[in-house]
Amino acid sequence: MIRCSGVSVMLGDHEVLHAVDVSVARGEWLSIVGPNGAGKSTLLRFVAGLVRGEGVLEIDGSAVATLHRRRRAQLVALVPQTPVVPEGARVVDYVLLGRTPHIRPLGVEGPHDLAAVHDALTSLDLLPFADRLVTTLSGGERQRVLIARALAQGSPIVLLDEPTTALDVGHQQQVLEVIDRLRRERGLTVVTTMHDLTLAGQYAERLVLLDNGRVVVDGPAGDVLTEDNLARYYGARVRIIHDGGRPVVLPLREERAHDA
Amino acid sequence: MSTTVAGTDGEVVVRAEKLRVRWIVVGVAAVLAAGVAGLVIGPAGLSTPQVVRDLLGLHSSLDAQQVAIVEQLRLPRVVLGLLVGGTLSLSGASYQGVFRNPLADPYLLGAAAGAGLGVTVVIVGAADGASTPTVAPIAAFVGALAAVGLAYVLGTSGGGRASTASLILAGVAVASFLTAVQTYVQQRNQDTIRQVYSWILGRLSTAGWHDVLLLLPYAVVTWTILLAHRRVLDVLAVGDDEATTLGINARRSRLIVIVAASLGTAAAVAVSGLIAFVGIIVPHTVRLLVGRSHRVVLPLSLLFGGAFLCLADLLARTLSSPAEIPIGVITAFFGAPFFVLVLRSSRRMGMTT
Repeated sequence: MIRCSGVSVMLGDHEVLHAVDVSVARGEWLSIVGPNGAGKSTLLRFVAGLVRGEGVLEIDGSAVATLHRRRRAQLVALVPQTPVVPEGARVVDYVLLGRTPHIRPLGVEGPHDLAAVHDALTSLDLLPFADRLVTTLSGGERQRVLIARALAQGSPIVLLDEPTTALDVGHQQQVLEVIDRLRRERGLTVVTTMHDLTLAGQYAERLVLLDNGRVVVDGPAGDVLTEDNLARYYGARVRIIHDGGRPVVLPLREERAHDA
Repeated sequence: MSTTVAGTDGEVVVRAEKLRVRWIVVGVAAVLAAGVAGLVIGPAGLSTPQVVRDLLGLHSSLDAQQVAIVEQLRLPRVVLGLLVGGTLSLSGASYQGVFRNPLADPYLLGAAAGAGLGVTVVIVGAADGASTPTVAPIAAFVGALAAVGLAYVLGTSGGGRASTASLILAGVAVASFLTAVQTYVQQRNQDTIRQVYSWILGRLSTAGWHDVLLLLPYAVVTWTILLAHRRVLDVLAVGDDEATTLGINARRSRLIVIVAASLGTAAAVAVSGLIAFVGIIVPHTVRLLVGRSHRVVLPLSLLFGGAFLCLADLLARTLSSPAEIPIGVITAFFGAPFFVLVLRSSRRMGMTT
């Protein structure tokens, strides 16, 4: 569904991504992990068309260079980490913005677009919030509104930049469960960047570990989340516990490690 | 996480925020009421039924002199007020949308100052009768675009993208600079100083239909372009990055809206002088009272802006009759307290609905 080959991105004088090769299969959930500054968000923004770079990016079999902006938006939706929420925007109107690539230029929405919004709101249990202002919602509710907007966009590929960073652990699980349900129900291809490695390993089918703009490990969670990898690339002292086959990353504190 | 109360609310209807018919009716009624008031009130002692009958082409009891007052003096002036007020507030609303800044208006960004300099140069150069030179709107447009362009270059010169704050600061600097140049040009030419000065303070001329016809083509182009972008401006409200991922060419859309709003501002300034404040208070009043979507704000700013300026002009020519007060003084003097009133009352209501 997505294929990056030899992707390099320069931001200013700094090469943020270096010859990155990543592929994502249709219906797969890929999570991009890596230490701060590794280039996770940049890779996501490159796929979304927000930063330019060298190399080839194919989406759904066609090179994106040949895709029109609107067509690309019909294929790829991005849920940004820190969205700009206009003051005074109701949930309905905000989610309706997702229909933009389906509404002709300078046109307004039709019944079909409102039906898509209704469907997205229903799917995320947001109908009771339809007339609320987005700015008055809690973090978890707001994140669901953002996902609803991406769902209304109708794109088969959904990119989520740190979808759980601002949430408590309960809401993190709820949001990730929602994403997983939608992925299964609608056959979406999902790419997320994640800081929480345990959650990344529990939900994504595959992890890509970036370090200094390069892909250093690519595979199932068990292969990527090892004590060696996390020491080497994160400089972190952790213990990996296995819970039902999924790795759980347990950070260790220096003194305790000596005691043990 | 909230639980959905299934079944109790029945079928939930999803409705987008858009312009409701009753607000169009209210807006059109405001325009008509302001227009008729502008035609009727004055020293000629006319009555509303007489004037309305005359306008509709029915037999009225007006004598020839009164008909001339209504049709040749007051009607062009009322129409000009509607066009200028509507264009200024529509342009202001668009600037606020495109820069995502509630303070953005033609004055803050230097567009009006640039237009003012352009027109001053033309008046000084022409130095003939009292009517606005035909090239004035073009000179104003060139001045306005140069000012906005300069503000943009200065605002982005720090490297990277222009933040709206640095853009507005640059606009303030450009406006001060161009106003200084304009004052210099004005003072250097003693023979036209009175003409330039009375134009600067803002006035709706009484030179028949000349100014209306001069402004009309620019106004129609501006209205068409800006109103067509009403939904695009709502999308741009989420920022350039997100607008891009929604399939909008954010840079191009911004540029089109800025150029169109500058064209409208320039043409209005060319015929009416610098009338401050309309581009700020009318759009904000609409936002506070009706809604924040540009699909509501743009068309209603056009209607209420026209009505507002028409009434302001009525006050300008009647308050100290037979002398006229500059209309820019009226818009600021009555506009500012009114706006504070709207701001306070809507805060009290909570602003959420």
